Amino acid sequence: MSGIPHDHYEPQSNGEKWLHRRLPIVGLAYDTLMIPTPKNLNWMWIWGIVLTFCLFLQIVTGIVLVMHYTPDVDLAFASVEHIMRNVNGGHMLRYLHQNGASLFFIAVYAHIFRNLYYGSYKEPREVTWIIGILIYLLMMATAFMGYVLPWGQMSFWGATVITGLFGAIPFIGEGIQTWLLGGPAVDNATLTRFFSLHYLLPFVILGLVIVHIWAFHTTGNNNPTGVEVRRSSKEEAERDTLPFWPYFVIKDLFALAVILAVFFAIVGFMPNYLGHPDNYIEANPLVTPSHIVPEWYFLPFYAILRAFTPDVWIVMFASWITGGVIDAAFFGVLAMFGAIAVMALAPWLDTSSIRSGRYRPMFKWWFWLFVVNFFVLMWAGAMPAEGIYPIIALIGSAYWFAYFLVILPLLGVLEKPLPQPETIEEDFKAHYGKAETVDGAAAPTPAE
Amino acid sequence: MGMMKTLTAASLALGLSAGAAAAAGAVGEVTDYDFSFEGPFGTFDQMQLQRGLQVYTEVCAACHGLQYVPIRTLGDPGGPGLPEDQVRAYAEFYEVWDPTLFDGEGDFRPATPNDHFPASGLSNAPDLSLMAKARAGFSGPYGTGLNQLFRGMGGAEYIASLLAGYTGEEKEEAGTILYENTAFPGGWISMAPPIWGDDVVYEDGSPTDVESLSKDVAAFLMWTAEPKLMARKEAGFRGVLMLSVLAVLLYLTNKRIWAPVKARAKETPAE
Repeated sequence: MSGIPHDHYEPQSNGEKWLHRRLPIVGLAYDTLMIPTPKNLNWMWIWGIVLTFCLFLQIVTGIVLVMHYTPDVDLAFASVEHIMRNVNGGHMLRYLHQNGASLFFIAVYAHIFRNLYYGSYKEPREVTWIIGILIYLLMMATAFMGYVLPWGQMSFWGATVITGLFGAIPFIGEGIQTWLLGGPAVDNATLTRFFSLHYLLPFVILGLVIVHIWAFHTTGNNNPTGVEVRRSSKEEAERDTLPFWPYFVIKDLFALAVILAVFFAIVGFMPNYLGHPDNYIEANPLVTPSHIVPEWYFLPFYAILRAFTPDVWIVMFASWITGGVIDAAFFGVLAMFGAIAVMALAPWLDTSSIRSGRYRPMFKWWFWLFVVNFFVLMWAGAMPAEGIYPIIALIGSAYWFAYFLVILPLLGVLEKPLPQPETIEEDFKAHYGKAETVDGAAAPTPAE
Repeated sequence: MGMMKTLTAASLALGLSAGAAAAAGAVGEVTDYDFSFEGPFGTFDQMQLQRGLQVYTEVCAACHGLQYVPIRTLGDPGGPGLPEDQVRAYAEFYEVWDPTLFDGEGDFRPATPNDHFPASGLSNAPDLSLMAKARAGFSGPYGTGLNQLFRGMGGAEYIASLLAGYTGEEKEEAGTILYENTAFPGGWISMAPPIWGDDVVYEDGSPTDVESLSKDVAAFLMWTAEPKLMARKEAGFRGVLMLSVLAVLLYLTNKRIWAPVKARAKETPAE
């Protein structure tokens, strides 16, 4: 394995040697677990383990739920109620799965913001970043289809609205929409194919997660300084790093336990807080809910989708220049997918040679504005598209694109970065060397 | 730790979106009644559930149904807790359609505890099984839904407020009579006032004014919507407790593992 020099697995017993010659699986596990990890990782580097846990939680609870669920428009809603009332522990399984999706997205957003702040997406970690974005897209597809399965009002109408987006694509849109739905409207064919894909995609995600880990185990982790681990010799590398086991496994598990304690409090005491009441009403194609909203984790992008109304000048301009091919609906769809596309391109749009936001005085401000903007968009996405909200959504959407297309490219040129530490070791010592003056129980990791 | 703190705050603010979703459809005035099942340790009041069952049976069941609720669950722990013979007697009260009877042509027969409550008898009377979860009484401030963190979702409060929220005003619109109701979104509801006070006679002598009856049946409907509420809270409590213990142990382990690494950093501080 390339990357940071470290000790490799040496088979000891004859049995180990026998296996190692034929399948070096123990060596693979050893190298993965003992990977040299920057000493100075802070608490924002714990989300990986939370995300891995979420994936397994969703797969395990999902597999059991499937044993009791019936994907049929006449039976689906009742089968979920059967799980909630008659299956042993069914109500907990279902609430864990339902809220597990939210935990999954909280963790993935924290993970993405961590990357954006510390410049983890930059050279040489672009491939890790792109795979991460693909995982995120698949998560959204999986979550969306999973939400349709209980066949409540919001399931049905959410599916109608979201698949309708594809219908907005000129010329081929209607065909795509029909193909997705398996018919002219959301019906049994939609439910069964969503069920099938909802079961399939998590395993595709699992495969991509393995590639994601492989990629960053090749480059090594980024860290809060953005300074690379020295790797000219093993001794030098060891002054910047510690093996993943036990130092970071135990640290990450501690963080996971704290997060899961909060998660269990939500599942136990307010499991429907993040859901929508309308989804406890069985789907009815004849009754449209007064206000259709997607789940919270889609709201920022839903806001971007709805922000571009026909009276926005850029929409009018696009419509005029394309002879009406791009109308407001299609523009919104392009903007929504474009929002993720520009984020995927961050490694090439960010011109700064400095990785970590810690040493970028101007970048910091724009970054935190980006985070605030994300929550503003989330709120705007939940509000009805009337009054002041579309304007807020439009400003928020504009900032989203400006951040990636204008601010990141310009800052690299305009900004004068602060001095960075030479090595990770220096950063670590700078923090813990002076820790005596504090109350003895210093923060366990370098402050950011 | 600036970033960490801010992100923690931000994730709390997720409440924003959560409840904002519930902002759907402006809700009228909902009174924040106190219910025994509120809060992390709240439990159903068994006597109240039995009273609510009585109100449901004698008033609501005339038009509404509870099609997802198996009658046998009336005897389950954490619910009204009727004794077995009473559950059986209660079941016989209802007639259900059995397609296997009468040489496969189907016929009505008295229900058994394994049957569900009948569905709604009137096509425009919604099923009440899940009503207490299908409505959110609270959604503020500014549609953020943060107040649900303190008050709960407000489904039972909404039902009680609705039943007690008739003003007595009526109007006719397109051939239907609408009744003014302070809790109903839009202010006018097509359901005639179902509860007038003293509609039922309680054996335990509990008050039978409009508000008390409304609260009793709202509590009962919370149970039909969430029959495993008490088991769920118990599981949640156990989970939080065990994970907290685990977290403390892992914290101490982590501290111990890192102590020599940090001590070494202190011995040779950065120049």
